[in-house]
Amino acid sequence: MSLIRGKAFVLGNDVDTDQIIPARHLVYNLDDPKERKFYGQFALSGVPIHQSGLPNGNLPFVEPGNELSCFSIVVGGRNFGCGSSREHAPVALQMAGVRVVIAESYARIFYRNAVDGGYFIPYECRVSLPQEIRTNEDLEIDTDANLLRDLSTKKEFPLSPLGDVSAIVAAGGIFEYAKKHNMLGR
Amino acid sequence: MTLTEKIIAEHAGRPSVRPGENVWIRVDVLMTHDVCGPGTIGIFKNQFGADAKVWDPFKVALIPDHYIFTKDRHAMRNLEILRAFAKEQRLPYMYDADSPWYKGVCHVALAEEGFTVPGQTLFGTDSHTCTAGAFGEFATGIGNTDAAFIMGTGRIWVKVPETLRFILEGTLPDFVTAKDVILRIIGDIGADGATYRAMEFEGDGIRTMDMEERMTLCNMAIEAGGKNGIIAADEKTVAFVKAHTDKAFTTPASDPDAAFAGTVKYRARDLEPVVAKPFSPANVAPARSLKDVKLDQCYIGSCTGGKLEDLKAAARVLAGGRVRTRTVVVPATVSVAHALSIEQIRGRTLKRIFEDAGAKIGPPSCAACLGGPPDTFGRLNGSEVCLSTTNRNFPGRMGSPDSQTYLASPLTVAASALKGRITDPRDVL
Repeated sequence: MSLIRGKAFVLGNDVDTDQIIPARHLVYNLDDPKERKFYGQFALSGVPIHQSGLPNGNLPFVEPGNELSCFSIVVGGRNFGCGSSREHAPVALQMAGVRVVIAESYARIFYRNAVDGGYFIPYECRVSLPQEIRTNEDLEIDTDANLLRDLSTKKEFPLSPLGDVSAIVAAGGIFEYAKKHNMLGR
Repeated sequence: MTLTEKIIAEHAGRPSVRPGENVWIRVDVLMTHDVCGPGTIGIFKNQFGADAKVWDPFKVALIPDHYIFTKDRHAMRNLEILRAFAKEQRLPYMYDADSPWYKGVCHVALAEEGFTVPGQTLFGTDSHTCTAGAFGEFATGIGNTDAAFIMGTGRIWVKVPETLRFILEGTLPDFVTAKDVILRIIGDIGADGATYRAMEFEGDGIRTMDMEERMTLCNMAIEAGGKNGIIAADEKTVAFVKAHTDKAFTTPASDPDAAFAGTVKYRARDLEPVVAKPFSPANVAPARSLKDVKLDQCYIGSCTGGKLEDLKAAARVLAGGRVRTRTVVVPATVSVAHALSIEQIRGRTLKRIFEDAGAKIGPPSCAACLGGPPDTFGRLNGSEVCLSTTNRNFPGRMGSPDSQTYLASPLTVAASALKGRITDPRDVL
């Protein structure tokens, strides 16, 4: 059994990639280990502050000056990651220490980038979790049982199975998957 | 099969595909730019080796367009990375900033340079790559990892999308444009109304549109979550494509018995000028209902609203008038910028019309459509309110986190510039 534990950071619907990483920061090179760290520092810095860390809001995801967030599980509503195709967005979440995002639904390019880049596990949950989970609560995800437990409230929520992409997620990304299946030839 | 299914099947080397299937397909063109190119190149080299070669140098287009006219040293460094890669890989299609080949906004440049071809597949590291669906091809946005995978292999996996069909019956009334049509559709189906689906547009209202209007329509498919927007090629498409490339192509179309996930019909005569309010392209209202909204800036530009026909439309409204709020014009490409000095309305060039009206013309690029570095032309400051011909109005999208962006057609933005507040263009002309 594989368990992932972390503190919840809760957001609303339609969290777009400009909110996840504002465009002015996109000048940093993802390929440079030092510059890549900047993305952690600015992760979710474009979220309007009253919607940042629901239900109360007004909580920055990353403390100013830090590169890591104390929240490793991001909980969102519908259409998470809509907008730009910038892969800087899932990278920013990963660099801030996010291991899992759970949303009611995703925009497809963000979802695909998260899966193919192997940055974190993007789970879907049919329940609208922003109504059920509060920022700072302790969560536990059982990846074998596709189950989310809120350790603070003892509530449990079923997660949708990863389905088609589970093999890519398990491999750690599209390249790892393709190597395993001998697909990198031309 | 639908048009999208046919193109995917053909590129998967299969007689047919069904929605929901995952298939590996051939890629005809890969496009990247200065924001996502460096990351893509990094992954490509890490995965395929420092000496690896791209799968086909004639199928890769490097079109820097985002952060060109800035002093930001990291942005300049990113251009250097593209430049070095183009040289090392001997890529013939590098439209370098600071060179005679510089183009400007990638989606418009792709069409100008003959990369948009019916029946083909085009992938780009930009969500508005769906613009090219206007030419009857499968075109969609991807991230760096997928782009790097394509760079090395010429292949990628796709999940075959279901197709939603939108039929526009009749000809659009005066002052109602493709931008109004797509905003209305997004408003009706929502910002995730087409998630994972193809959006196919058809009907006589589409056939009467020129290629640039069709590009505007497909451009914003992503704003409804669409995987791609697509319009089957007709004689206008064929004429445009033949004028820009000598590549051979076919012109597939959806079968009469194709299965669609849904069909929505619009009567063109029922449509009117609309505006998307902050902070979602789906937050749509009639322009006439927003007359109280005072504007600090009017912005005319981008892949959505900075093409030549967009600027002509804006100039028709501004001709002879004076703007009452800061108004900036950003031609999408160098060709569009050149045309401003050539195209005339009643004996005056478009450039002259914009300048006489008090609008300021900037150099061709994505500019403030997505905010960008602090010295970006047209970027919003403080709590400014902007009406823009661009495609997104998310919080902070055009710069300052406290700014607000409304979206509309070039006609509506130009009419509003003359009044200093949101104005239905029918009230001005």
